[in-house]
Amino acid sequence: MDKEYVGFAALPNQLHRKSVKKGFDFTLMVAGESGLGKSTLINSLFLTNLYEDRQIPEASARLTQTLTIERRGVEIEEGGIKVKLTVVDTPGFGDSVDCSDCWLPVVHFIEEQFEQYLRDESGLNRKNIQDSRVHCCLYFISPFGRGLRPLDVAFLRAVHEKVNIIPVIGKADALMPKETQALKQKIREQLKEEEINIYQFPECDSDEDEDFKRQDAEMKESIPFAVVGSCEVVRDGGPRPVRGRHYSWGTVEVENPHHCDFLNLRRMLVQTHLQDLKEVTHDLLYEGYRARCLQSLARPGARDRASRSKLSRQSATEIPLPMLPLADTEKLIREKDEELRRMQEMLEKMQAQMQLSQAQGEQSDAL
Amino acid sequence: MDPLRHSPSPSSSRASSPRTLSCERLGYVGIEAVLDQLKIKAMKMGFEFNIMVVGQSGLGKSTMVNTLFKSKIWKSTMPGLRVPMPQTLQLHSVTHVIEENGVKLKLTVTDTPGFGDQINNDKCWDPILGYINEQYERYLQEEILITRQRHIPDTRVHCCIYFVPPTGHCLRPLDLEFLQRLCRAVNVVPVIARADSLTIEEREAFRHRIQDDLKTHSIEVYPQKSFDEDVNDKILNSKIRERIPFAVVGADREHMVNGRCVLGRKMKWGIIEVENMAHCEFPLLRDLLIRSHLQDLKDITHNVHYENYRIIRLKESHALPQGPGWVNLAPAPPPAPTGTRASPGPAKMCRWAEDNSDEDF
Repeated sequence: MDKEYVGFAALPNQLHRKSVKKGFDFTLMVAGESGLGKSTLINSLFLTNLYEDRQIPEASARLTQTLTIERRGVEIEEGGIKVKLTVVDTPGFGDSVDCSDCWLPVVHFIEEQFEQYLRDESGLNRKNIQDSRVHCCLYFISPFGRGLRPLDVAFLRAVHEKVNIIPVIGKADALMPKETQALKQKIREQLKEEEINIYQFPECDSDEDEDFKRQDAEMKESIPFAVVGSCEVVRDGGPRPVRGRHYSWGTVEVENPHHCDFLNLRRMLVQTHLQDLKEVTHDLLYEGYRARCLQSLARPGARDRASRSKLSRQSATEIPLPMLPLADTEKLIREKDEELRRMQEMLEKMQAQMQLSQAQGEQSDAL
Repeated sequence: MDPLRHSPSPSSSRASSPRTLSCERLGYVGIEAVLDQLKIKAMKMGFEFNIMVVGQSGLGKSTMVNTLFKSKIWKSTMPGLRVPMPQTLQLHSVTHVIEENGVKLKLTVTDTPGFGDQINNDKCWDPILGYINEQYERYLQEEILITRQRHIPDTRVHCCIYFVPPTGHCLRPLDLEFLQRLCRAVNVVPVIARADSLTIEEREAFRHRIQDDLKTHSIEVYPQKSFDEDVNDKILNSKIRERIPFAVVGADREHMVNGRCVLGRKMKWGIIEVENMAHCEFPLLRDLLIRSHLQDLKDITHNVHYENYRIIRLKESHALPQGPGWVNLAPAPPPAPTGTRASPGPAKMCRWAEDNSDEDF
């Protein structure tokens, strides 16, 4: 008698091998006012020197600086797995005296990536789609403020339905422990008040062990993460050299969980939730964008999912593929609608006139 | 160079006196007892000092004031407390009388909550400039009365401490706009706030960049180079100018360090002592503001900034005080558009009000 062993327990391994071969790509956006330690943190997170050649503009240059979007790519390999990491930076955000609408270029950029993917997905060659959608946005909050500033709220509200937001408190070594707690609490309250949807960590399964659950709960409690970044190694006579910042009153260790939440952030972002971030971006945020986009393309009286089921096959072919750039297609459709409406109006007018003349004719007959 | 900024120093205000000859003394006269008389009078009268603190919320302004004067002038708020963020800039003054060794100091601190916190911060410096000019106006009105008070209450802002956020990069556009405008009206001392987030090297680099920025935009912060009177002043002030802006940390809690009780901030990796020069430059700020240059700040406010304001106002009203009559300084009807507001002519530059030194008595 053969044991009832089919063999598909090996499936996860196959998946693993395939993904390793394919590699991962991940796009991370960092946003926030300048001077909050964004570049240092990215370098620390991925142990790279992405920002080596950065020029910090001087004050007079800043007076006329507008927001730009910069992309930096790096390939990281660890344990045989390749990750193609793209970091999108937003220098100039929040720097000017008047920052009204300074988040619009960022929103536009995110939507552009969605649009590109939508076009690729509806195109012919779908094998090698480059996924340049932003999978995660690390938003840096100043440790010196009293919570979220008006600019923070405005930015978060503009992008929270379009990208996974992970709020982070930068330069957290400026805060005493009590201050950190109070600030985190205030930020959480403000996020709830303003109804900003940040990235929700999935619940851990009930069959995980207690330790893992506890770690998970701790991690969720410490959002927004209070981080400190550093690429410098400090040898201060301790047991071993550590990465940290050396002050005259002590050394902040970046990888010490008592000093800051850097380890939590790294674990969350890279070790445990990288794939989930990509999935949420694809399943939730991208699909939302796609639905909105296609609905606005379809004509008024459009068919959505509910009515589509009634008309079944017919309607499926009628939804136009975005072969042209979306703006043009929309324009064409609108023009056609206008024409239709005008013709309808003329028709109605003529009908009304005919009725009037008929009525008059009858009247004169009657008299 | 802006002619409004130039003015002779107080000590050489005796413009029309002939060259004084020094003569040989034949014995002890007792002139130096005058200093004691001055001291006694000053102790009796007390001193007035008005400062203003400007900066974004959370940069430690209230804590800094408390630390400077070692008293709870303001109730410093923790981040996250339910302090409603003001929608517009409001100015908020508080007056305390502090006494030390028989010397009374009437200290007025003006806070500016809401500065630089909005999305659009354009013209957020206008209410501040307005307040400063209002105090000058008040003093001017008192000064030109027929029967003046013996001691005119001085509400003019003697010093404005500007808190620069520790980004580590350079001055932001908002900082530049503010400093450019305010340095012409009041003594401004910029400081790098919350400096405990910068290492020593980062502080030096930041400081140098700020100094370069200030030079590029011709912003003269206190102590102004053009008001140095003599060589000694120059030497002393140059030392200070090298270190401006000071990197400061404020704290109003005490902790035990090596058996001593110090003001500081307790972190998990150490305690930042506010009065320790190796940790931050708070002692330099305190010495500048209180121990060495307090009187100088007041003098420059009175002799330079206030005088500039007064000259502009007098020009505006096209009327100069003639004898003891009370002059109506209501603004004149809009003048001909060709630069009547331009800098006053050279003859006016060295004119002094008759009693510019009654302040000290």
